[in-house]
Amino acid sequence: MARMADLPRNGSLTFQTSQDHSKSTTSKNGFHRSCQENGISNGVHHRSRVTEGFEQPPMYVAVFTYLGFGIVTLFGYLRDFMRAVGLEKCHVAQEREEQKDFVPLYQDFENFYTRNLYMRVRDNWNRPICSLPGPEFDLMERVTDDYNWTFRLTGKTIHGVINMGSYNYLGFAENNADFLKTVAETTMDYGLGVCSTRQEMGNMDIHQELEELVAMFLGTESAVSFGMGFATNSMNIPALVSKGCLILSDELNHTSLILGSRLSGATIRVFKHNNMQSLEKMLKEAVTNGQSRTHRPWKKILIVVEGVYSMEGSIVRLAEIVALKKKYKAYLYLDEAHSIGAVGPTGRGVTEHFGVDPSDVDVMMGTFTKSFGAAGGYIAGKKELVDYLRTYSHSAVYASAMSPPVARQIIRAMKCIMGQDGTTVGIERLRQLGENTRYFRRRLQEMGFIIYGSRDSPVVPLLVYMPGKVGAFSRAMLERKIGVVVVGFPATPITEARARFCVSSSHTREMLDKVLHALDELGDYLGIKFSRRRYIDELDS
Amino acid sequence: MDVKNLKDYLHWLYYQYLLITSIYVLEPWEQTLFNTVLFTMVAMVIYTSYVFVPIHVRLALKFFSGLCGGQQESTVALIS
Ligand SMILES: Cc1ncc(COP(=O)(O)O)c(C=O)c1O
Repeated sequence: MARMADLPRNGSLTFQTSQDHSKSTTSKNGFHRSCQENGISNGVHHRSRVTEGFEQPPMYVAVFTYLGFGIVTLFGYLRDFMRAVGLEKCHVAQEREEQKDFVPLYQDFENFYTRNLYMRVRDNWNRPICSLPGPEFDLMERVTDDYNWTFRLTGKTIHGVINMGSYNYLGFAENNADFLKTVAETTMDYGLGVCSTRQEMGNMDIHQELEELVAMFLGTESAVSFGMGFATNSMNIPALVSKGCLILSDELNHTSLILGSRLSGATIRVFKHNNMQSLEKMLKEAVTNGQSRTHRPWKKILIVVEGVYSMEGSIVRLAEIVALKKKYKAYLYLDEAHSIGAVGPTGRGVTEHFGVDPSDVDVMMGTFTKSFGAAGGYIAGKKELVDYLRTYSHSAVYASAMSPPVARQIIRAMKCIMGQDGTTVGIERLRQLGENTRYFRRRLQEMGFIIYGSRDSPVVPLLVYMPGKVGAFSRAMLERKIGVVVVGFPATPITEARARFCVSSSHTREMLDKVLHALDELGDYLGIKFSRRRYIDELDS
Repeated sequence: MDVKNLKDYLHWLYYQYLLITSIYVLEPWEQTLFNTVLFTMVAMVIYTSYVFVPIHVRLALKFFSGLCGGQQESTVALIS
C-alpha cells in the first residue's frame, strides 16, 4: 500500500476548510446552506477520502496474469512465424517485398501487441452505436467470420443496452426537445460552423457569454474556452512553460497533458500517483539543485495534476498539493476534465470538494465533454493568465472557434447546475449522481470486487486482471445488454486490466440494480471477486 | 439431475481453466494445440515419475543406509 502512504507529518500541510470560496455562486441552490445546518463541513471529505485505496490482489492473480500474457505472446510468435513462412495470410500492413532490407516498420512491440493480442479481443471495443448515448443506447450488431480481423454488420440493432461507459455524469447527453430549445434556437440563428479562429472572424457574443459564465461558475477572475479538450491541454502547456522550466507530472496523467508537456520542451519529472512524499522530494530537489547541468534555478516549476483520474477513479490530494506548491513556490495546473460538474456538493469540482480557494490553483483547466454533454475545454484563472493565453496559445490563435450550438449547450448545462434556469433540475442531478455513485460503489465492495478510487468519484474501475477474463467479461455483459468499457495494457499497467464504469445521474436505481445483479452473477461465474477485505460499512449508508 | 449438475460443474471448471490460462482468447485450433502440448507434458511427467521415482527412491534409500552403515563402521574402525 505504498500509494496510500500518509502525508508527510509536516506542520505546514494544514488543510484549509473554509467554505466561503463559493459564497457568491452556491447560495442559489441552497444546498450548501443545508450542509452547514447539518454541521457537515468540507472537512468530512478529507477524512472520508483517506478510505480511498488500491487493494492488492492475491499473489496468484499476478502469477496467472503474467502466465496468461506469456501464453498468448508465445502463440503470437507462432502466428508471426506462420505469417513469415507463408502458412497464413497476413491481414495487416507489412513490409513490401522490395523493401525487405530496409529498417523494419512493423516489428516493434506495439505492432506485435496489436496484431497478436489486441486483435483477439477487438470485438469489445469500438462497437458502433446508433442512438443517443444516454443511460441506454442501441448498438448495431456486428459479427466476425475471421476472429476479429474484419467485422460485418448484420443489420440488426440491439435495443436498450444500459450504458455504463459514457462520461455522461450529469445526464446532459440528452435529446429532450424541451431542454434543447435554446440550443435549437442558437442553431437557427448562428448555424453550426464558425469557419474562423477567435482572433479573426470567430469571436462571437456567445463565446463571451460562455466565458463569463465559466469564470463565474468556477469563482475565478476570468476564463477562456477552446473547441477541443485535448488540444486545450496539449496546446496551452507549451504556451505556459518552455525550456528551462520544470514540469512535475503525476504518473497517471492523461495523454493530452503528457503530450503538452513534451511539446513544451520543459524538463519533465514524474512523481508517484497522488504521493505527496514523492512530490515533495522532487520539489525539494528541484529547488535546491536547480537545473541538471548548469544548476541555475528553474525558471518555473509547474505541477500538473488531474482532478479525478480517469483510469483509477482517485481524487487528487488537492489540499496537500496546494500547501506544497505554496511552500516551494511552484505553479499548479489542475485538469478537471472528469471532476468538473461531477465532484463537489454543487458541482464545482475538486476545489469545492476540498474547500480549497480556486485562486490558489494557478491554472484551472477542464473540459465540456464530460459532465456538460458538449465539446471543448476551458482554462480559467487570473485575468493576466487568460489574456496571455488568448494571445499566445496555439489553440486560440490557429484553431477554429467553438461551434455556437455547442457553446449554447454548455451554457444551458452550466446554468442548470447553477440553478440559474429557475429550476432545481441541476442540483437534483448532482444529488442523484452522488447517491448513485455511493450506492454502486458500496454494492460492488459488498460483493467482493476490487474497485479503485475514492468514495465520491463517479469513475469506478473494477479490476479484472487476467487478459482472458477481460474479453469474457465484456462479451458476457453485452449478452446481458449492458455496455461496459474494458481497459487493458497500454492504458493501464500490464497486470491491472480493468472494467471502468462511469456512473451517471440519469441511471435509475433499476438500471443500476440490473447491472449489479449481472455483475454479481458474472463475478462468481468468471471468478473476478478478488477482494479479501471484509467490507465494513463506513460512515455513509 | 445430479449428472447434469456435475456436467455443468465440469463445464465451469474447463471455462475457468480457459480464462485463467487466457487461452480463452485463442482460436480453437490454438486451444487444441495448447491442450495437447500441456496434456502430453503432464502425461509424460506422470509417466516418468511412475517409472523412475521408485527406482530413485530405492537407490536413495540404499545410498543413505549405506552412508549411515559405512559411517558407523568407520567410527567403529577408528575407535578400535
Ligand atoms: C484528464 C483529461 N483531460 C483531457 C481530456 C480530453 O478532453 P476532450 O475529450 O474534450 O478532448 C480527457 C479526455 O478523455 C481527459 O480525461
